[in-house]
Amino acid sequence: MSRYRIAGKGRVDSGQPIQFSFDGRTYDGLRGDTLASALLSHGLHLMGRSFKYHRPRGPVSAGSEEPNALVGTTRGPGRFEPNTRATMQELRHGLVAESQNRWPHLKFDAGAVNDALSPLFSAGFYYKTFMWPRNFWDKVYEPVIRAAAGLGRAPVAEDPDTYAARYAHTGVLVIGAGPAGIAAALTAARAGSDVTLADEGPEIGGSLLSDPGISIDGQGAWDWLAARREELDDLGVTILTRTTAIGYYHQNFLGLVEKLTDHLDEAPEGAPRERMWRIRAGHVVLSQGALEKPLIFDGNDRPGVMLAGAAQTYLNRYGVAVGERPVVVTSHDSAWYAAFDLADAGVQVPVIVDTRDEVRDDLRREARLRAIEVLTGQTVTGTAGRLRVASLTVNPVAGGTVGEARTFRCDCLLMSGGWTPSLHLFSHTKASLSWDDEAKAFLPDKSIEALEIAGASRGLWGYGAALTDGAAAGRAAAEALGQAAETTSWDVSGDRTGTGLSHGQLPTDRAPSRVRAFVDYQNDVTAKDIRLAVKEGMRSIEHVKRYTTTGMATDQGKLSNINALMIAAEALGTTPPRVGLTTFRPPYTPTTFGAFAGYHRGAAFEVTRKTPIDGWAEAHGAVWEPVGQWRRARYFPQGDEDMEAAVARECRAVRAGVGAFDASTLGKIDVTGPDAAEFMNRMYTNAWTKLAPGRARYGLLLGEDGYVRDDGVVGRIGPDRFHVTTTTGGAARVLNMMEDYLQTEWPDLDVWLTSTTEQWAVVALNGPEARRVLESLVAGLDISADAFPMMSVADCTVAGFPARLFRLSFTGELGFEINVPARHGRALWEAVMESGKAHGITPYGTEAMHVLRAEKGFIIVGQDTDGTVTPEDLGLGWTIGKTKSDFVGKRSLARPDLVARGRKQFVGLLTADGATRLEEGAQIVDDPDQPLPMRMIGHVTSSYHSAALGRSIALAVVENGRDRMGETVHVPMPGGSVAATIAPGVFYDPDGGRAKL
Amino acid sequence: MLLIHCPYCDESLPEMEFAYAGEAHIARPVDPNAVSDDEWRDHLFVRSNVRGPHYERWRHVHGCARFFNAVRDTVSDRVLGTYAAGAPRPSLADLGVEE
Repeated sequence: MSRYRIAGKGRVDSGQPIQFSFDGRTYDGLRGDTLASALLSHGLHLMGRSFKYHRPRGPVSAGSEEPNALVGTTRGPGRFEPNTRATMQELRHGLVAESQNRWPHLKFDAGAVNDALSPLFSAGFYYKTFMWPRNFWDKVYEPVIRAAAGLGRAPVAEDPDTYAARYAHTGVLVIGAGPAGIAAALTAARAGSDVTLADEGPEIGGSLLSDPGISIDGQGAWDWLAARREELDDLGVTILTRTTAIGYYHQNFLGLVEKLTDHLDEAPEGAPRERMWRIRAGHVVLSQGALEKPLIFDGNDRPGVMLAGAAQTYLNRYGVAVGERPVVVTSHDSAWYAAFDLADAGVQVPVIVDTRDEVRDDLRREARLRAIEVLTGQTVTGTAGRLRVASLTVNPVAGGTVGEARTFRCDCLLMSGGWTPSLHLFSHTKASLSWDDEAKAFLPDKSIEALEIAGASRGLWGYGAALTDGAAAGRAAAEALGQAAETTSWDVSGDRTGTGLSHGQLPTDRAPSRVRAFVDYQNDVTAKDIRLAVKEGMRSIEHVKRYTTTGMATDQGKLSNINALMIAAEALGTTPPRVGLTTFRPPYTPTTFGAFAGYHRGAAFEVTRKTPIDGWAEAHGAVWEPVGQWRRARYFPQGDEDMEAAVARECRAVRAGVGAFDASTLGKIDVTGPDAAEFMNRMYTNAWTKLAPGRARYGLLLGEDGYVRDDGVVGRIGPDRFHVTTTTGGAARVLNMMEDYLQTEWPDLDVWLTSTTEQWAVVALNGPEARRVLESLVAGLDISADAFPMMSVADCTVAGFPARLFRLSFTGELGFEINVPARHGRALWEAVMESGKAHGITPYGTEAMHVLRAEKGFIIVGQDTDGTVTPEDLGLGWTIGKTKSDFVGKRSLARPDLVARGRKQFVGLLTADGATRLEEGAQIVDDPDQPLPMRMIGHVTSSYHSAALGRSIALAVVENGRDRMGETVHVPMPGGSVAATIAPGVFYDPDGGRAKL
Repeated sequence: MLLIHCPYCDESLPEMEFAYAGEAHIARPVDPNAVSDDEWRDHLFVRSNVRGPHYERWRHVHGCARFFNAVRDTVSDRVLGTYAAGAPRPSLADLGVEE
């Protein structure tokens, strides 16, 4: 048995030894241990180095609030986790753990030089130390700080584990299965409530697991627990252990993370590692208990210095004595019991040092029985020991004067500065807190949620009080749900009630500048740092927190917040509530990204929408491009073509022969009803009344602010029906906007809107040979140039499928768009390719489509527009129905800013040499030699190499651009400024004759 | 996650099914051409931004797809009541809320 293990103590199983390794050395522990308790059983306190000063550190707590004992753990390849709290990690066979923030090793660490240089790293050092010389920031300071910073090391491999998620509803949700939580769950369940009880530990019991000596209703604490567990199970209570409530959201919606496999020797194949529960509860009972506060004195961070309650837990729950010669320093009665338990287990406790002048007689008597020296009215002025505390120096305080020092040899120091009620989840509900000046603690005040808060988490102390209060909370919860509940009472003997006093920093006789009294262990913030922040002008605790980083570590200041507040309040000469409390935010404890992601990873991370023709494109080597949620074929490389070569070939094919394009992703909305034309008149800029059935028109949609929102070709299918197309990305937005106006502004209009985007598959056929490819496939329609001119639409049959055929062109060539029911999309595409074979038909992707439309100066909404562009800016004033008195956005087009001169207008840009391609998004200036910052007069919106023109082309918005044709502007780039000439936006076939073939 | 009562479906459902749609009871002028530039600016851009009960529009976009109005307390983020689009603006007392 390991040296510090105490036979017959604890809930660990001495029959089940477990081997694990820490920093490469193998140790043994017992089933039921945590990593921390197993290491402590070998006398090992030094478990890590601190974040900033790299000071040696050991565990200060035994729970999830642990700031120091953070280690890296490995569960096999790809399964590395940094910052695992050794106090929470249950021991398992083969556990591999390593210490953090040290190099080359834990006992000798080069980074500890930071500690010697600590005057450089005082509060706000980021803002002060590295200010000069200025150019050192980029090249020296930041890289060095970045290399040294970080807490542990991040895993680099993809997480091979899976994570589960579940939604649940429950009547009463009890958070925290200590005595108050158990009493609440029992009372509510006995009343017939559907109860869920959650606790972060591996078993229920909370503080009772660390206090086996008390008895309840004549049963020993642990027997009572076992019996209650059985009763809870019999009552059908859902008990979630290893489950941390991380956040409390609106209307009793809570997030809880259940750890499923990290404690197992062998995780079952495919078992999820964690599960995120999202629970909506009828009523919530918060019984999270309280957290013990450290005392603030010089050297309170050495390994071996820990909370008295933690030592009591290690002893009683894990059967581990944290040392052979523990001294106790306290301002609260609770630490006395820790000393008594250790003494009763055979550990020599030389002294209990109490900061208070008055201590209960019964405590003094119990100490005397155990031959423990008692000192009251004391302060601690220092500790010594390099990798482990070796001695403690205490001085009496009388009338504010620090007296003569006495030094005690020790191998651990157990401290208690009182207790802080755990109000994290309560505060998540935006509840109010009130300051209790006697307890020096914030207590719960009001919450708008349906909840109770019970036991130590509302400042009550002692098991009897916790049980009674928990039962009352359980009753209140059941009654709130309409169930009649009875109050249960329990008779507790050997209860350990207590009170205490709270301090900021303990008084000292040393020069304040030499005292290293740590407030926030994880972020290495000292009491001096907090006073410095106040001295430098910080008044609110929110400012003190940001300046010093106190409370900003991953433990969110669970141990340090109240101490920091007390010290800040003292320095400001005011009371803690006037300084304020920082806001608690979810998650309560550090939570894995995996738990948040759950099932939403890989292919399930986001929907990938595929068209009916997607499979053909995949089989023919398409390179994909995401457009909204769609994946679209960007180009179809042949052989070893790169993108540029493939796109040029595809463009040439469309201009010279014929190309086929999958346009299925275009948004489509069916607008039907007696008032369809009136509705279209009100929504779109264009006039629709006179558009005859069988004809189509380019439509422009504005926002009410007058800016272009969307565009697309609209076909009139009948007097009461329009086939509206939208941009691929805008489909849902446009339908939402239409529904909004129809439902809320013009509910009198008799119109139905239906999304048909996914009902139609669309094949666009473009090029001078397009008609010849299509002719042999069409039945029931004459598609000759005269019978079916540009901007026609008709229902017919194509390749034997019912089809809606548009004649339109987004390329400038003769063009058709064949719509068929989606299920026929793939067959239609293949029929078109077969028919086109003789004409050299070429499939083309979105990139060629972009180039072809840019050669014609056709806009893409969202690329050439940015939400501040009017129809007039784009040269699309012709789309506006001049006789219409109103449409969405019309009034705004008369706003002073929208009619003012100097607006950016849509134009073409040609670089001087034709080879240089401008960068999309690049800014445009008049004079490239002007001083910085330059006056920007526009930007490049689209830029491509045009195969048809044998040169680069660009589209841009430029102030007064249309009045500046032929003038030269400049595009400053990192390599030098590029000159370009303003040109009309239509580069190819400006008369449009080719589309009318 | 808020629970929101859809006045058409008559069910309280998770916020995920709904989309927020801005402040309520801002009617589009019957004849926008008849209003001044300043009035039109206010119609487009100026909102009440209240602290407390806020009358606002929601759409049950993943449900019945209809727009409705809600009163939400911007301090507590609690929906105090919902009602059909086009219905008159209820007082807090109408919604059974104690002021």
